[in-house]
Amino acid sequence: MSRRVIARASEVEPGACKIVTVLGREVGLFNVGGEYFALSNRCPHRGAELCRGMIVALVGSSGPGEYHLSRPGEFIRCPWHGWEFDIRTGQSWCDPKSVRARQFAVKVEPGADLVKGPYVAESFPVTVEEDYLVIDI
Amino acid sequence: MNVAVREPKAAQRLKIVDCDIHPTWRTPAELHPFMSKRWQEHMATYGTFFRHGLTGQLPYPRMMAGGMRVDSFPEDGSPPGADLDLMRRQHLDPNGVEVGMLIALSRGGLEERNLDFAAALSSAANDWQRECWVKKEPRLRAAIVVPQEHADYAVAEIDRRAGDPAFAQIMISPRSSDPLGHRRYWPIYAAAERCNKPIALHVAGFSGGHTSTGTGWPTYYIQEHFAMSSGMQNTLTSLVFEGVFERFPKLKVVLVEGGFAWAPALGWRMDKHWERMRSETPHVKRPPSEYVREQVWFTTQPIEEPDDPDHLAEIVNWVGWDRIMFSTDYPHWDYDDPKQAFRFKLSPEQRAKIFGDNARALYGLT
Repeated sequence: MSRRVIARASEVEPGACKIVTVLGREVGLFNVGGEYFALSNRCPHRGAELCRGMIVALVGSSGPGEYHLSRPGEFIRCPWHGWEFDIRTGQSWCDPKSVRARQFAVKVEPGADLVKGPYVAESFPVTVEEDYLVIDI
Repeated sequence: MNVAVREPKAAQRLKIVDCDIHPTWRTPAELHPFMSKRWQEHMATYGTFFRHGLTGQLPYPRMMAGGMRVDSFPEDGSPPGADLDLMRRQHLDPNGVEVGMLIALSRGGLEERNLDFAAALSSAANDWQRECWVKKEPRLRAAIVVPQEHADYAVAEIDRRAGDPAFAQIMISPRSSDPLGHRRYWPIYAAAERCNKPIALHVAGFSGGHTSTGTGWPTYYIQEHFAMSSGMQNTLTSLVFEGVFERFPKLKVVLVEGGFAWAPALGWRMDKHWERMRSETPHVKRPPSEYVREQVWFTTQPIEEPDDPDHLAEIVNWVGWDRIMFSTDYPHWDYDDPKQAFRFKLSPEQRAKIFGDNARALYGLT
């Protein structure tokens, strides 16, 4: 496992996902209200590119005729079969016990710290002026 | 997980036959070169059978992006299934598709009620499939679309295409005006038998003028999605008890996207009641399940997913390992990935049959 600088923090807009390739693996970076999360771009259900799906809220209900939305922007819905995963944990909503999307811890680090090393940056220069996203992979 | 890791595996995989791929047009005008001026103007003025106010909106709810894989929209803004290059890149190449069966839903005269227009639309859809798809991509095979509610027109269209290797089968809609066993459709089965091409029945939901359930209009898409499978069972029951298989013993029927886990239970039930009520339909000379076993093939997608995957293997034992054919339904949202669809261990022989050999034998692919 190594720590890698994978993107400038400013490249991942709030409510959006940016897919990057790290060590040959595609990882989706999410910005949920200023917090950053990273999921493998592979759906654990049937292998679709999970992070190309829609970012959605959770629809719940207390009974027929009623519904409520909660946690807007915190779930990713797979582009094939619509399975929903918690962006914060990778946990599947419909089968939480046995299915989980691979998650990577993300840290935001100032460029001033990173330029000292020993981190590896993916194909872009790290400068002291910006913040960067760093994951263990 | 990513292209670099997955591609070597793709190269090693056996070549597959995908029995359900949906092509579509960029715009309806793609059919115009294949229609007379009279019908071009008719189409522009009056539209086709599926006409409704909200352009681009289906009259019944669909999952995801209008029933499509979210990642299958071409960059030029055309609808999923309209871009052959994307189909190659996203599906045919990485999945090792050797032959893909085109199922051109709603692109012909299947359910058009204006029968003369239906004939013109069907003929145009067949030319369009041949010129715009099969000629450009020899891995693909078309299905002859016919104006099924007018048997004479349908037979003429089948006879016109029968010798063309671009067409592997004949497609009719199971949401027909009458249940498909009805004798008004028999000339179509006779023509299919004559030219030795299977009849493909792809599930349909709201279309044909009937409710999808038989018990009224469902509220939710999840109900309608299920009703497609029960509708297929009704169609199969009609073909059996009207005597279609008895009258046309060489007829081959492919049930596309209707599931197969129900087939053994339906067979047991039909056999039991046939033993008791045989005298009502004396033209059904053998136990119903025998006709199904001999003359019906099933495609796999959307594959049933029991909690214990081995239960599905048991069901295939009952249906027949030589009667199950792999399909993906590209580019629709409930697509099955060939690498992921089967969750139980297939022997190399079983895998070869389901992913290609059964279809090669049925369609005479070489």
